[in-house]
Amino acid sequence: MSRSKGGKQGSNVLAHCVLAIGGLAMVSPLLYQIVMSLSTNAEVQSTPPTLWPGVVQWHNFADVFTSMNFGSQLWVTVAITVIRVIGQVLLCSMAGYAFARMRFRFKGPILAVVLSIIMVPSQLFLIPQYQIIQNLGWLNTIAGIVAPGIFSAFGLFLMRQFFMGLPDELEDAARLDGANPFQVFFRVMLPLAANGLWALVIITVLWSWNDLLWPLVVTSTANAAPLSVGLSNLQGEHANNYPILMAASLMAMAPILVMFLLMQKRVMAGIGRSGLK
Amino acid sequence: MKTQTLTPESTPAPTPSRAAEPTEDRRKGRSKSDGWWPWLFVVPTVVGIGVFYLWPIVQTFYYSFTKWGVFGGTKFIGLDNYLRMFTDSTIPQSILNTLIYTVVVLLGIPIAVILASLIERPGLRFAALYRTLYFIPYITMPAAVGIVWRLIYNGDFGPINWFLGLFGIQGPYWTSTPGFALLAVATVGLWMSLGFNLIIISAGLREIPRELFEAAEMDGAGRVRQFVGITVPLLTPSIFFVTIVTVISGFQLFDLLYVMMGKANLAMPQTQSLVYIFYNQAFLQNDKGYAAAIGILILAIIALLTAFQFRIQKRWVNYV
Repeated sequence: MSRSKGGKQGSNVLAHCVLAIGGLAMVSPLLYQIVMSLSTNAEVQSTPPTLWPGVVQWHNFADVFTSMNFGSQLWVTVAITVIRVIGQVLLCSMAGYAFARMRFRFKGPILAVVLSIIMVPSQLFLIPQYQIIQNLGWLNTIAGIVAPGIFSAFGLFLMRQFFMGLPDELEDAARLDGANPFQVFFRVMLPLAANGLWALVIITVLWSWNDLLWPLVVTSTANAAPLSVGLSNLQGEHANNYPILMAASLMAMAPILVMFLLMQKRVMAGIGRSGLK
Repeated sequence: MKTQTLTPESTPAPTPSRAAEPTEDRRKGRSKSDGWWPWLFVVPTVVGIGVFYLWPIVQTFYYSFTKWGVFGGTKFIGLDNYLRMFTDSTIPQSILNTLIYTVVVLLGIPIAVILASLIERPGLRFAALYRTLYFIPYITMPAAVGIVWRLIYNGDFGPINWFLGLFGIQGPYWTSTPGFALLAVATVGLWMSLGFNLIIISAGLREIPRELFEAAEMDGAGRVRQFVGITVPLLTPSIFFVTIVTVISGFQLFDLLYVMMGKANLAMPQTQSLVYIFYNQAFLQNDKGYAAAIGILILAIIALLTAFQFRIQKRWVNYV
């Protein structure tokens, strides 16, 4: 203890050692994944483990597209993510705005009921949701994967909290100028809510891109499935082609990793807001 | 604003914030209601949530009292599904599995507290880089990293068993040996959640006034004493919050288990979680009535554990 008191420099060296070794350990599975995605199958299965492939096998990444339905699954994942983000941003911000700043009958009770859903685990909706999608004939469609997820009690709550924190002056000024509530919302309030919307977008992208259980339930063909389902079902048929598995899983998470690295502060702030995953 | 949504008190029940007073003023100036405009804003969402979430909850409760026929059609069977849970030995086993998983993942919280207290040292270089490194696992797709970890755990040529072999230890077939499989999955769960815990606890740490540490230093308290005497007690609200989140998401264990082990894995019965049994009964065995009852059980367990934690928080959480 006396040592740490003595030299600030000295103890920071220890902090750097701990943090650097720990940080390296945290990303080491991903580094391993990258190396294996560039190796031959024999190199993956050799001991001691391959540190770097003899000849870099770039073609593994191209082979992913020919040996599994990666292209169509990527398209499904992108489509469900984009639709969910647009739907949630529009619907949650409108509803959140009304619950935060407008007055109407039964507002309190409706809000209480909607918010109580946030704490309910998804197993309590999955079976009836599946029946709805089945009755609509939407199994194995993008619409079926997306439909329940464009509505979100959590997103409504997030946006309501955000709109409650905004000042009244601009809104009042716009109203006095004769703008109707739609105009006030879209021209004045929505731009002010940019930070809250970013949080909602980031959380929705993560949930939608990575989600497994629901798409697993409503898709049964490899072409209609998103990447999460495709990868988890791949194990049987391609269980022994490890470089292809590593390349496919790397490409499946790459867009999210790039998004995170480009907007680290926003992502961390958004997750911090989200509380629950 | 940022921390307002982070703190545990404000998360479950929204407190009427600053906006409340101006609204009172507005009431005097204008009519009591905004007419039918608000309905244009809320109806799409409220109807969607009603159809896809609220009504399904009601239906699930009803289904939990029914038996599903092979050719469709349901029959009311009262409490039979619930009674069946008491004789089904996979249920207590899976509750135990889920608890073990959750306890292992909870170990990430003290680790996150220590790491956060190192990263948040004032003026520490590379702090942003460290945050990035620790956070990355949290945003990765479980289905994708599950495959990677499966390879890392491979019994024949995986790097873990190679490393153990250096010390003459014959590593097990991690993901297909009962006991080891749950440990293997839980370790990955800890790895994935550490970044989230770190972000929340770091935010809590930045709220602690620096003067407290300076005063303690002048009194001759070393870094360890500052950590035990100031950092940890003042972090208890954040620690409480991540504990709640960890327990709730621990009981939602599915993705990693499904991807790392696979449906055909012979060790699955000794490793499966409640959500996995739910999925298996509802969508593989098509026993949706029993699955609905298991869903209710999951809700009850999560509600009980969360209520219990709120109950005992007074004993260890310090709100300043």
